[in-house]
Amino acid sequence: MSDAVKLFKAPIRLEYTIPAGRATSRFCRGLASGRLYGQRCPECKKVNVPPRGACPTCGVPTEEEVLLPDSGTITTFCIINIAFAAQALELPYACASILLDGADSTLFHLIQEVPVAEIRMGMRVRAVWAENKLASLEAIRHFKPTGEPDALASIEGHF
Amino acid sequence: MRDVAVISFSQLLVDKAEANDAELVMPVVREALGRAGLQKQDIGFTCSGSSDFLTGMPFSFVGALDAVGPWPPIEESHVEMDGAWALYEAWVRLQHGDIDTALVYAFGRSTLGPIEDILALQLDPYYEAPMWPDATSLAALQARALLDSGRLSDSDKKKATAEPPKIVDGAAAVVLASGDRARKLCSRPAFISGIDHRIESHLLGVRDLSHSVSTEIAAKHAGCFEKSPTFAELHAPYSAQELILCDALKLDKQVTINPSGGAQNNNAVMVAGLIRIGEAATRVSNREADCALAHASSGPCLQQNLICMLEARA
Ligand SMILES: [Zn+2]
Repeated sequence: MSDAVKLFKAPIRLEYTIPAGRATSRFCRGLASGRLYGQRCPECKKVNVPPRGACPTCGVPTEEEVLLPDSGTITTFCIINIAFAAQALELPYACASILLDGADSTLFHLIQEVPVAEIRMGMRVRAVWAENKLASLEAIRHFKPTGEPDALASIEGHF
Repeated sequence: MRDVAVISFSQLLVDKAEANDAELVMPVVREALGRAGLQKQDIGFTCSGSSDFLTGMPFSFVGALDAVGPWPPIEESHVEMDGAWALYEAWVRLQHGDIDTALVYAFGRSTLGPIEDILALQLDPYYEAPMWPDATSLAALQARALLDSGRLSDSDKKKATAEPPKIVDGAAAVVLASGDRARKLCSRPAFISGIDHRIESHLLGVRDLSHSVSTEIAAKHAGCFEKSPTFAELHAPYSAQELILCDALKLDKQVTINPSGGAQNNNAVMVAGLIRIGEAATRVSNREADCALAHASSGPCLQQNLICMLEARA
């Protein structure tokens, strides 16, 4: 059919103002002051970070705040080699799941200041904080290796 | 059909929630389970109703699952609809016969975005949605159609309006149990004697907006016309819609409509329908009624309607 309409434009734009929630708000305010807070579950005692206000295992409210160190161990990682539209960092770069010391769930962040080929599971890392800390995960620029011996055993069950 | 009953209900309505979805859902789930004397591992099937359009976040219903603690993994499903349809799915699942209990919940943070515009996106995407008709204007179109039908008495004409409902955030949870399990867990379960839902065309122009044919058919299949409900909880965000529903359901003056206050004062989108079922069931369980009717609606101008008949049994 030669007169078929193949395209018409129907733009959609909706604006939302979304409260982060009680637990995420406390976590973000902690980041702005250079602190990482998890929450301990009253039932299984596991420490979740970032906290969501509920233990995803037990389905109970988590109120107890736990101050965590900014060091941890890489449980798994991926290396980004392919350019994409919103890419902000130079290729190749790495993202990792990091089990902070004292936490039972992992945090997702960038790994920098190390050749990507050297990144591995069990590698010890520490946060590099931004000078101007926003109330978001951008308060941490990235994580970098600490140089400590690998701690593969400490992350068992997390990969 | 297997006997299935509502054995507990909990709801939470707030003008503006500071909570995330999991924080909003958790209190009602815990209260509903607590009232039923059950723990999460006692639940055979979990089903929820919500819409990602309300929060503007894809898969927001997955985040809310933290509220039920899905580990070890649970059997779960979700409908992108009012929680009343999640209850229907759970009722069907209980008919399989291998499980005795189900948890149904609904949540909606309806105040995060421009709800009147968000609801326009459920319209036909080629002819209607690009015009962005807001929900209240469409309800006014329906009120006009009802007034023009000539069927209304003078006193009803005053009620045929499309005053925008008060939009609130909220969550609700219901626990269902089958037959003997329901009797064991609850002193007076509200048994579902019939439940059915029907949908009308996507296109507003082909519908007679002054009649709710889908409500009438759903009511017939739910056995509504053979029962004498004391109460009817109707999910009508606009007062003209309440008149249309009363007409379709042939409700006489003896039936008390919306003793809870209905959805016009507290319209928690995606939750208000499940609340109607919970409210009606509560009135059966607390001996205010032997039979109650609950109705839920979805889509513009009562496009889709669900009828759930609840009753006490010896
Ligand atoms: Zn826990």
